[in-house]
Amino acid sequence: MTAAALRVQGARKAFGGLVAVNDMSFEVREGELFGLIGPNGSGKTTMLNLISGALKPDAGEIALSGTLISGMPAHKIARAGVARTFQLVRMLPSMDAERNVMAGAVFGHRRLWGEQAREAAHQLLALVGLRGREHVPVAAMTYIDQKRVELARALASDPRVLLLDEWLAGLNPSELNIGIELIARLSEQGRTIIMVEHVMDAIRSLCGRCVVMNSGRKIKEGEVEEVLSDPEVVEAYLGDDDDA
Amino acid sequence: METIVTGILLGGTYALVALGLTLQYGVSRIMNLANGETLVAACFVAFWLFTSYTVNPLWGILVIAPVAFLVNWAIYMLLLRPLVERARNQGMLEVDSILATFGLLFLFQGLMLRGFGGAYTSYTFLADRFEIFGTFYGLNRVVAFAAACVIAAGLYLFLYHTRYGTAVRAVAVNPASANLVGIDVAKAAALAFALGGALTACGGTLISTFYTFNASMGVIFTMKALIIVIMGGVGDVRGAVIAALILGIAETAVAGLIDPGLTLAATYALFTLVLLFRPQGIFGRQQA
Amino acid sequence: MRLSRDEVWTGIIGAVAVAAAATLPLFDQGYYLAIALNMVLYAALCTAWTLFSGPTHYVSLATAAFFGLGTYAVGLGLDYMPFPALVLIGGAVAAILAGLVGAATLRISGVYFVIFTFGLAELVRQIVSYLQVKLSASMGLYVFTDFTEKHIYWMLLALTVVVFVTGWLINRSRLGFAMQIIGNDETVARHSGIDTARLKIVLFMISGGFIGMAGAILAPRYSYVEPPAAFNPMISFLVVIMALLGGTRRLWGPLVGVIPFTIVMDIVSVRFPNDTSIVIGIAFLVIVYLLPDGITGRLEQLWAHSRKARPEPEPVPVEERA
Repeated sequence: MTAAALRVQGARKAFGGLVAVNDMSFEVREGELFGLIGPNGSGKTTMLNLISGALKPDAGEIALSGTLISGMPAHKIARAGVARTFQLVRMLPSMDAERNVMAGAVFGHRRLWGEQAREAAHQLLALVGLRGREHVPVAAMTYIDQKRVELARALASDPRVLLLDEWLAGLNPSELNIGIELIARLSEQGRTIIMVEHVMDAIRSLCGRCVVMNSGRKIKEGEVEEVLSDPEVVEAYLGDDDDA
Repeated sequence: METIVTGILLGGTYALVALGLTLQYGVSRIMNLANGETLVAACFVAFWLFTSYTVNPLWGILVIAPVAFLVNWAIYMLLLRPLVERARNQGMLEVDSILATFGLLFLFQGLMLRGFGGAYTSYTFLADRFEIFGTFYGLNRVVAFAAACVIAAGLYLFLYHTRYGTAVRAVAVNPASANLVGIDVAKAAALAFALGGALTACGGTLISTFYTFNASMGVIFTMKALIIVIMGGVGDVRGAVIAALILGIAETAVAGLIDPGLTLAATYALFTLVLLFRPQGIFGRQQA
Repeated sequence: MRLSRDEVWTGIIGAVAVAAAATLPLFDQGYYLAIALNMVLYAALCTAWTLFSGPTHYVSLATAAFFGLGTYAVGLGLDYMPFPALVLIGGAVAAILAGLVGAATLRISGVYFVIFTFGLAELVRQIVSYLQVKLSASMGLYVFTDFTEKHIYWMLLALTVVVFVTGWLINRSRLGFAMQIIGNDETVARHSGIDTARLKIVLFMISGGFIGMAGAILAPRYSYVEPPAAFNPMISFLVVIMALLGGTRRLWGPLVGVIPFTIVMDIVSVRFPNDTSIVIGIAFLVIVYLLPDGITGRLEQLWAHSRKARPEPEPVPVEERA
């Protein structure tokens, strides 16, 4: 049996006295659209940060297709094939859309350069719906367009696992539909995606399996409908008004 | 033993200066390279008060500290606040404040050179001998150390036992959160900066009682203060004190046992070790 | 290699300017040559400095340390090795120091870097003085060569050209793109696969190496080399001022600062020698409050405003591969 696309075992991260991620274990299979959900402050973004290498886990292991990546610096993990978007979109403000996306193409494991990199960037910008706007400075773009650029940039390195950190947050209903469609298309193409999300409709319609975190711990892992009707999960979300 | 005591006496006075800079960098987030100039200015004013009016420097502090407080407050409000407001992120503010305070460093140093000339100055105050554990030290050094302890204790009381002080500490830990709980971050930053300047001025006054000073030596003190602040953990008062004592002892040891011309090398060696093995300093928090 | 039209024109103008500058010693070998030599020296130093400090926004005050090491390489080795070799060795030693400093400080935040470099020249000076006295009982070194001012002038001019060409090549390369990204957002850089620490160190070493070579070339100017002069911290400060004054967004930005400021410093050191500190202080304040992107930055801003009507987006600062 082939190794899982991403395997987290016993991951732990504490900040002083606060344990943000506590003994987290889950598995994401190749080509899956996996949800990472939980109420606010449950440690989801910290978990993503551990996977992407922005933070080093205090304990536990994270493996990408069987290769251990936990403890490696972020740039090595990126080159190994993990790409991400950020909760608050991070643009390269002095550059245009094309060069923002090229950043992923040039320095990821594809290591493209020159015309090839430019071509790849154009293709991806078209994919996310920004065809023709390659030379617009990102500083002049709307928030949703910047999100699209960030997604294109993450895809530019052809990652083995794509991490989306609340990518659908802050979108109005029509933008939300477009966004959900886009992610669905990426998944159909065979991408392995881990989504941290609060928008429950999106989780329900997109994800097959998911894991629920609460106060840093895993409380349930499994098929989305099964998980969401679990009483412990419902209890964890009570009082949280993010539910769609 | 003698080295350690001398080192501690020296470190104690370094500590005051470093405490001043700790407040300015840890709370107001201003890397004040002109800090040393406040120190030197205090030296000259203390000298002037002593030689022209026979004012005991320890009483002189009562005049010098408030003046330094007001001057630093003015500097912060007029020159540094615009930078804080203009900066898009912490990194930019740090670069801007370094360059701006660098400019102030040169400006003040130039003005002091003009006003006081470049000669080395000193005055004799309590130059009698004082015995500790069988060896004699200058009474002035001991008194300076004692006064530094008193002032540091006062600072501790302020920071840990008053509302204003706690607000200042909160801003040092996390300005955004402090804002959320209703602390006026801007006011706290200005207060901390001014207070930091006053502390440095106290340090300068005390140092002038036993040290031969001149108008250009501000830079060296700033450098040492910076290194102490970083070694101790940015924004941490206890760390600054301990780091200052360590530096004082290390410098004295190197000067006595190896060569007085290598004191800066000793300081840098310590600094490098901290940067390599514990960049957040002794008491600092790990950067997220 | 395909060059854009802008690049070709810049190259031609640059070549003409260099050729013109090279003819100066034929007209004057006294005062004007001395001033021009200072200008070319600082042109080389500031451009080399900007190679690193421009894209990373890390203000390096280590210039004097690298410069002094280059000078000392020549001073110590002139009896044993030919001058050109010593220039390269001076550069190499400076680059190694830059590598060590970079490895220690560039993995952390920019503030620590500035502070560390702040005292670096003084530290190196202390160590060199100590070793000098211990090993040879005299403080200085004699440097006797057949070089006159005009030779040094031409060598510095050549060095400046090399620095510019290197900078231009870097800008077009992956290294240059990576540095741009790092300067924009280091987190994004790392998550895109860029080893930010290593690249910063490499760039710092290149910059430091060139500065060391400048120091080596300048050694024969004064027949006696002493630590306080070779490791003069003023060099670090002047380089920062001139580069920031000119503007570090463009490779030729610092030149705009070098030319007027060397003249200003010359006037000040003659007419108001006791007030150099004040002038420098004011210069820093002017830069921070009035010209945060330097003169070139301000000019580009004004130009952009006047072009606001145009529908096309602004051209990106890095040279395009056409």
